[in-house]
Amino acid sequence: MKRRAVRRLPRSEGPWAWLAAGSVAVSLLMLGGLLLLIAVRGLGHFWPASVALVTLDDGRAIAGRATRELPLVGQEGNERLYFTGNRDFDGHVWEWIPVSAIASQQRPVDLVVLERRRYGDFIGRLVAVGPVGLSVDHPDQEAVWPRLQARLQAQQALRDERDRLVRDTLRPLVQRVDANPGDHDAREALAEVNDKVRALQAGMHGEVAIVESVGGRRLEQPLDEVLRAWRPNAMSPVEKLMAWAQNVWRFLSEGPRDVNATGGVWPAIFGTVLMVLLMSLLVTPFGVLAAVYLNEVAHQGRMTHLVRIAVRNLAGVPSIVYGVFGLGVFVYGIGSSLDEWFFSDALPSPTFGTGGLLWASLTLALLTLPVVIVATEEGLARIPVEQREGALALGATRLETLTRVVLPMAVPAMLTGVILAVARAAGEVAPLMLVGVAKLAPQVPVDGEFPYLHLERKFMHLGYHIYDTAFHGNDVQAAMPVVYATALLLVLVILLLNLTAILLRHYFRARHGVLARQP
Amino acid sequence: MSRPPRLQPATSGSIIDFPPEASCLAIEGLSLAYGGKSALRGISLRVPRHRVTAFIGPSGCGKSTLLRALNRLHDLNEEASHEGRILLEGQDIHSPEVAVDELRRRVGMVFQVPNPFPMSIYENVAFGLRLQGGLTRRRMDDIVEWALDAAALWGEVKDRLRASAWSLSGGQQQRLAIARALAVRPEVLLLDEPASALDPISTLKIEELIRGLKSQLTLILVTHNMQQAARVSDYTAFLQDGELVEYAPTDNLFTNPSLRRTENYITGRMA
Repeated sequence: MKRRAVRRLPRSEGPWAWLAAGSVAVSLLMLGGLLLLIAVRGLGHFWPASVALVTLDDGRAIAGRATRELPLVGQEGNERLYFTGNRDFDGHVWEWIPVSAIASQQRPVDLVVLERRRYGDFIGRLVAVGPVGLSVDHPDQEAVWPRLQARLQAQQALRDERDRLVRDTLRPLVQRVDANPGDHDAREALAEVNDKVRALQAGMHGEVAIVESVGGRRLEQPLDEVLRAWRPNAMSPVEKLMAWAQNVWRFLSEGPRDVNATGGVWPAIFGTVLMVLLMSLLVTPFGVLAAVYLNEVAHQGRMTHLVRIAVRNLAGVPSIVYGVFGLGVFVYGIGSSLDEWFFSDALPSPTFGTGGLLWASLTLALLTLPVVIVATEEGLARIPVEQREGALALGATRLETLTRVVLPMAVPAMLTGVILAVARAAGEVAPLMLVGVAKLAPQVPVDGEFPYLHLERKFMHLGYHIYDTAFHGNDVQAAMPVVYATALLLVLVILLLNLTAILLRHYFRARHGVLARQP
Repeated sequence: MSRPPRLQPATSGSIIDFPPEASCLAIEGLSLAYGGKSALRGISLRVPRHRVTAFIGPSGCGKSTLLRALNRLHDLNEEASHEGRILLEGQDIHSPEVAVDELRRRVGMVFQVPNPFPMSIYENVAFGLRLQGGLTRRRMDDIVEWALDAAALWGEVKDRLRASAWSLSGGQQQRLAIARALAVRPEVLLLDEPASALDPISTLKIEELIRGLKSQLTLILVTHNMQQAARVSDYTAFLQDGELVEYAPTDNLFTNPSLRRTENYITGRMA
């Protein structure tokens, strides 16, 4: 087989063919390796890994998830990194243990992991569940575990009901009272709902789980602070898979918690996609019109040639320069003026005079404008002259020829431009840091409040989220898998956006069999 | 084209003339240049109404240029300039009273390469009608059917009018282009080597079509296929180096050319 492959390469270009093929292979390997790395590291983060109970030579016991193993510096053997949780006891959640110091290792099924709103995970044993101040003379773990599950479900139901009440009843009432302070009916209803919410909250308080670390320290953990509990060592692979899927879903659908190090990235996904869509909406008409002018209207002289060169070179300007431009012109220039004219009530706190979704989209639209212009122009230039002359010969004016024949034929080329623009814009972070991205903006810019789309709001972005989690968290070890997961997500989001545009382009091409005709 | 422009007009052969009332188009002393480069020099001829007139001549002789001058497609080229007059039914087509889109409606054109628009077959034929506007749906349907029928295409496409025009074969596409031109009821139809990109059978169909259409309108055909000119046209004009050399009834021109160089060309001794 190998000899035949060698012989099949044309002799005259032997080494060059190998060099070219080798370059392609290396590129593909690097791309595949990159994707594999972020996929494995990112997706592994959501797997409910087993918890080991480790007894050391000195008799100390720790419980935790083994995450990494590195050779010891200057000594024989390895040391292993355990995630031990329990920040409220120890002040830290990671522990390096030399492998040689481990006396024994077990995986007891009764180890529980509690995901908590504060202090991160707790790892240890469950002792009792009940009202505040219950006594714990007879720990009976088999009965306690189902009880904890039941109580957590009840807590979740209460929480859901409260959230629903706040969203559907309380907020509208508050708005009514704000709009019309004399509305007594609304005031009464509001007081009533408030009482209900308080009652629900009271029902959530007052329940605790008594838990004990493997070191023997006890803790009364209020249940309304516990998000979820599981016993990874008792789970079957199928249960683990389901828990994994659930974790992935929560990552995708929830907002971030705990300085972005845990929780989900939904606002960032939403912000990224919305910003890219807005950017496409802004850049397409401008780019297409500019290309039409350059290719169809303008006199093809030296000046047009110069403009064309300038446009192509604009594509090479570093993105941070666009960010500075956006900050100076859009945010401080136009935004401040808008504030003075239309939002003077809110001053000195700025409305449009600070970074926001609109300015970020506009800045990126500017950044990607050359790409759209160039792609559209190339598409227009490829349209056979017979098409234009055919329309003109039927008595169409130049404008009619353009709108009815030329532009419809150039749609695939325009979409190519949009695809390239999306690919470039979705990955940009640097300019966004100047014109509107936020570290934490749990409220997405679209909601039920008029005008529904809040262009002035700051938004979260996956790319910036990666940067922020990686460098500005307080726990680098915990942030790392989140960074990988977010990176994977960013790649997938860009892929999805591009795929949409590619399918759209395919549809337009296939509609009239252009595929067969275009060179 | 590379030779220096001649100052003296070449010796002309016989040029047939028609009385003004029998001619539809009159070209009077037309000269045309692209950015100082001469393409046509002092062409004068009349095109008889309801006949097929062929322009023949070697590549670069200016026959296509002359054809495209007749519906002012040259306006697109900023460097083109002309002298002389072209009269359509007695009116100068370059006069300010003549709107160029109106002129092109009256003088239709079919191109060398089939150029259906990226729309359905129906919309292609209706394209010119929609530009004019003011037609009811039923009237539009009638005209589209008539035009497709006149272009001998109706039977092949009547069941798939909504299909893309690009799904048709090359020959069908060219007949569609003819139907599209006919739909706006032109007085003159210009055909620029309409069959040069087609297979022999499609070519035959187009030729039959051209012969059949002359009862309804005046046709001018540019071709470099001598047999085609002989088969299809009533009168033939032979052009060389941007000048009209000989213009005669087709039978006369092909059997008894008055000049040696006409004879050389049509017998293939010079290409």
